[in-house]
Amino acid sequence: MKETFRIGLGIPLLAAAIAAYFMFPGYLGLMAHIFILAIFALSYDLLQGHAGIVSLGHAVFFGIGAYTAAIVGKNGLTDPLLVLLIALLVSGAVAAGLTRIVVVGNDLTRLLVTLGIGYLFYEAANKANWLTGGADGMPDFEVGPLLGIFSFDFVGRVAFFYTLAALVIVYLFMLRVTTSPFGIALRGIRENARRMHAIGAPVNRHLAITYTMSGAVAGVAGALLAQTSRFASLDMLGFERSAEVMMMATLGGTGSIPGVVMGAATFGYLKDVLSTLSPKYWHLGIGIVLMLSVFVASNGIIGCIAALKRLTGVKS
Amino acid sequence: MTGVISVVVDGVTFGMLLFLFSIGLSITLGLMRFINLAHGAFAMFGGYVSVTLLNGLGMPFLVTLPVAFLATGIVGAILERSVIRHVYRMPELQQVLFSIGLAFAAGAIATIIFGPQQQPILLPRWLTEQMLIFDIQISGYRIFLIVAGFSAAAGLIALFNYTMFGAKIRAAVDNRRTAEGMGIDVNRLFSLTFALGAACAGFGGALAVGFLGLDPTFPLKYLVLVLMVVAIGGPGSIGGSFIAAIFLGVVDALFKYFVPEVGGFVIYALLVVMMIFFPKGIARRTA
Repeated sequence: MKETFRIGLGIPLLAAAIAAYFMFPGYLGLMAHIFILAIFALSYDLLQGHAGIVSLGHAVFFGIGAYTAAIVGKNGLTDPLLVLLIALLVSGAVAAGLTRIVVVGNDLTRLLVTLGIGYLFYEAANKANWLTGGADGMPDFEVGPLLGIFSFDFVGRVAFFYTLAALVIVYLFMLRVTTSPFGIALRGIRENARRMHAIGAPVNRHLAITYTMSGAVAGVAGALLAQTSRFASLDMLGFERSAEVMMMATLGGTGSIPGVVMGAATFGYLKDVLSTLSPKYWHLGIGIVLMLSVFVASNGIIGCIAALKRLTGVKS
Repeated sequence: MTGVISVVVDGVTFGMLLFLFSIGLSITLGLMRFINLAHGAFAMFGGYVSVTLLNGLGMPFLVTLPVAFLATGIVGAILERSVIRHVYRMPELQQVLFSIGLAFAAGAIATIIFGPQQQPILLPRWLTEQMLIFDIQISGYRIFLIVAGFSAAAGLIALFNYTMFGAKIRAAVDNRRTAEGMGIDVNRLFSLTFALGAACAGFGGALAVGFLGLDPTFPLKYLVLVLMVVAIGGPGSIGGSFIAAIFLGVVDALFKYFVPEVGGFVIYALLVVMMIFFPKGIARRTA
């Protein structure tokens, strides 16, 4: 099932994004936000869907990316792509530093460690007022024109194509990683780590590389959000964001790249609609959807599509 | 010196509440390996029961406590029988998703019914008065909380160590298959302990309203501390949880009071360090 959906769905998704650009020119900001969420969700799903590591603190890297972009921007470095690269390196380095403590232990301790690390960074960012602005967040930092030509406009055209291009690159990168022998080894670890040990696969090194890559890509997503919204704040590394990325991956179908993108899009759209309606109903709705998803559609949107295809007898 | 002691008293009080919040989670995790991130919702439920009865119906504070205990226990039992027992067998990711969903939904329902604000509580006069014990001023409420926490812990330890029910639970925690082989109805045991754990959390939540406050973010706000108690105490161990809860309560209070700059930081660093060096908790049981 997974293989058939991989490349096939990427092109219609891209077409849909381009079509949305022409059909709903008033919502470019929301769409750029959705692309960022999709990048973040893809980075998380590399951990959860492919390597089988459940993390409750993935927003740490998103937040580090966002703060890196804001801090670097404030100190005069304004080229967006260069800032993005720095955010990637910084969050990747932090992830590489944390990997030893995340990879050890069984599933429960891993949950607790990631949760603890999440709160640790949150508190640190909250207390380091001089660096991060504390609870007020970081507004007013400069973001220069993209490639020195396209400056970010208020309608969000540049932001739209900038984030879409980033999403396409991340999408292809994930596709490449997960279909490589390395990606297949990851799936082996997810299914049975003990047997992977037995056949001589370097399980811990694989997991460490995955965690580092995942953290670096999450940092890119955070930096993109900080650049396009010109704001970095504490909620970008809070527990709620960590929980949200888990929801997006699950909603779309964990382990499937186009599924996760669709999950992030659905999630981002619903969140926008429902939370302008009323934030409390948004939380109730997402809570109920999560509880139901465990029982009804454990493979998310992509699972539903697969089931539909089976029902109608279409061969893909 | 008196300052230190009153901070420690605060910490012990907080630890008592943490113990009540987390004991149910510790048992369900030890017994069923069910990772329930929504356990704090039971404490919140108990708090709202108590506040509603006290402020709305004018019931005395002491009467609302057993009501909160029973009501939360019943809700816990209904949830367990109807939904949660189907989640035990699922992989950990599904459990985490389910219980996060439950926690979000519970918080949202509380917001819809009671609004996002802190709930006011009118404590009876004998609780708000200050008392002088060995020249230290302590509010009657703290003493009451400590006494209530100790008696609950003593009651639970007695229940688990000296009754048939407790022996069955210990047997099921140690080796579920053998316990079943000896004719213990483990499923029924699960439901009862789940309800008991929920009831304890509800009782703790009702006690905590005047000390920690009560609003819809409650389940997530204390999630980490509750999980820490369980992890450090060792899942399924009551004594371990009790010691861990008091230890965490005191450490948290001391640091927040004397080194406010690093305040909340220390407790999370402690969690990470503990998990690296003592992944099985101080009671050395496997989760």
